[in-house]
Amino acid sequence: MSGNRLKGELKALEGDNAVAEAMRQINPDVVAAYPITPQTEIVMTFSEFVANGLVDTEFLAVESEHAALSACIGAALAGARALTATCGPGLALMWEMLWIASSWRLPIIMNVVNRAFSSPLNILCSHDDAMGSRDAGWIQLYAESQQEAYDNTLQAVRIAEHPDILLPVMCCLDGFVLGHTLEPVEVLPDEVVKEWAGTYNPCYSLLDIDHPVTYGAADFTDYYFEHKRPQWEAMERAPKVILDIGEEFGKVTGRYYHLVDSYRLDDADVAVVVLGATSGAVRVAVDRLRKNGIKAGMLKLRCFRPFPAQQVVQALQGKKAVAILERVAFFGAEASPVFLEVATAFYLRGVSTKLINYTYGLGGRDTVPGQICGVFQDLIDITQTGKTEPIFRYLGLRDF
Amino acid sequence: MVVEAKTRINLREISNKEDKLAPGHRLCLGCAEGIVVRQVLHAIDYPVVVCSPTGCLEICTGLFPYTAWRVPWVHSAFENAASTIAGVEAAYRALKRRGKIEDRVIKFVVFAGDGATYDIGLQWLSGALERGHTFLYICLNNEAYMNTGIQRSSATLKWTWTTTTPVGKVIPGKKESRKDMTAIIAAHNIPYVAQAAPHAWRDLMTKVRKAIAVDGPSFINILCPCVRGWRYNSKDTIAISKLAADTCVWPLYEVDHGIWRLNYKPSPQRPLTDWFLSQGRFSHLVAPDNANLVIELQQCIDQEWAKLEKLCQCFAD
Repeated sequence: MSGNRLKGELKALEGDNAVAEAMRQINPDVVAAYPITPQTEIVMTFSEFVANGLVDTEFLAVESEHAALSACIGAALAGARALTATCGPGLALMWEMLWIASSWRLPIIMNVVNRAFSSPLNILCSHDDAMGSRDAGWIQLYAESQQEAYDNTLQAVRIAEHPDILLPVMCCLDGFVLGHTLEPVEVLPDEVVKEWAGTYNPCYSLLDIDHPVTYGAADFTDYYFEHKRPQWEAMERAPKVILDIGEEFGKVTGRYYHLVDSYRLDDADVAVVVLGATSGAVRVAVDRLRKNGIKAGMLKLRCFRPFPAQQVVQALQGKKAVAILERVAFFGAEASPVFLEVATAFYLRGVSTKLINYTYGLGGRDTVPGQICGVFQDLIDITQTGKTEPIFRYLGLRDF
Repeated sequence: MVVEAKTRINLREISNKEDKLAPGHRLCLGCAEGIVVRQVLHAIDYPVVVCSPTGCLEICTGLFPYTAWRVPWVHSAFENAASTIAGVEAAYRALKRRGKIEDRVIKFVVFAGDGATYDIGLQWLSGALERGHTFLYICLNNEAYMNTGIQRSSATLKWTWTTTTPVGKVIPGKKESRKDMTAIIAAHNIPYVAQAAPHAWRDLMTKVRKAIAVDGPSFINILCPCVRGWRYNSKDTIAISKLAADTCVWPLYEVDHGIWRLNYKPSPQRPLTDWFLSQGRFSHLVAPDNANLVIELQQCIDQEWAKLEKLCQCFAD
């Protein structure tokens, strides 16, 4: 993301309100949602827009998240542009419907204000929710800032509805860290967003009475497999579309978006791969270390699904050691989801950079630049000793 | 506000209509569901969008690359037909208001089994009713999970044999009483609620006409005898349906804008033993050892009937 002249109005917004603002400007045909901390502000703010006539969306305050996504699916099948938002447990409750939405190629937009799973009960940030649904056939974008949460929502509409794609998009923002924290956000003029978003023109609609369609017929050994293939192919086409729309968005706003973002990475010896709000702390750490002559850099994943393997390898190959930081609990795997993707991408391209894996910040625990500096120190040690064991490490975990 | 519906059913007119559910579907010989779906759709003189949750009707009418539906039809999942149709109906209102679709009347109908209605989908249905979407929800009630092979639901009568309430050496069938789903729906204070059965086709279709005319949700719980699950000869579906009304196992009534009204009073009321003798799922109840269970069930049915009669009398002129 790189800014120049201001195209909109600067407002102090919490991430949730920035998302709600984007939803107001999109003025979707249908929004169905259920309140859950830390997503509640999105639903509350949008409800006010409805009550004050700032949107003329059909707003369904439904009785559960499962119903929210089910209703969005029904609405999208009827040809409506449908949006929702949720987090952690709500996303878990939607689970079955995530797959149905993507299988039907419905361009539903859902903001996920990342929250940890119980138990123990925790309403703060982990990425377990979105990472757990990474294979559900949704495009996944992660925001570093409130601005990016706003911008991603606007871009998601265009990505999802692009005729080459037609997939639902999940826009992730860290619960509380972004969702409930005030930052300046440049809000575009309403008419600019209206033109940007356009209208959704579906190929088929349940309301097309004269051309009846059957949705949801059963498929067994004879067709099921073939019906899955177009989802793969749509995902394969997605990187180009995401890049094109990121470029187009840049021309409108001055903020250009990519699949990955590098920070002081070109000449770096050691690098950290991260996604979401913690990217900010990594930037600070990189700057500190650079002042001390250490060649540190960062690769931020904006897009996790589809996984931009080519871009990741291009950005990281030649580094002496790389740490993948993830805010996710994963039990029984050798490493975290992003690590596995990066390692696979490296292996398949014959790149043998040394990799280590950290899990950090579970349940909303703060991760500060000082800790990230420690990660870079570990990487420097690896460049000197050549030893990566243990591959998997905790960051910020106390020993009782 | 009571909307005057065009309720007179003209058989000649109906016989000339094209079936919206095409022949060639895979429902069992004698299955009541196909009969009921055609009765319901023939009673609706508007374009319809139909939604079915997972179940017998769904799997037997929409098996790719075939479809028996000549109207727009969607099957999403097992539990969420009510919120699926709610989304479709919300889109209809939004797109009509915004001039994105033609301004014409479209009706929205769900056909769901008792498992999807009484059990797994109750929350979704309750939510959609409370929010007041305009749709007709038909429960095709065959009193068990027939699609997965005759497992008990909360619509199953006490002491019935099913594959999850087998008649064993210790337990003689389902231990629990059935849920009064129609009353639960009526407690949502929606404009129109009814119970119907396919043998009383004119009554059923009149109810559909009333239900489809209201502004807001409507619900009809329709008994659907099941050849496989109830264990009877496929030619007897309509006779069994009538027997359910005559034994008071399945009273035909409606709750029209809050007014409870009995639509059929058997004269005389036939004993429950006739009901048990007509179906293999009750064969154990005919045995002398289980006479006490029959007495218990007869008392239960009589109590339910008496309660319903009293309730309807409260609203009589």
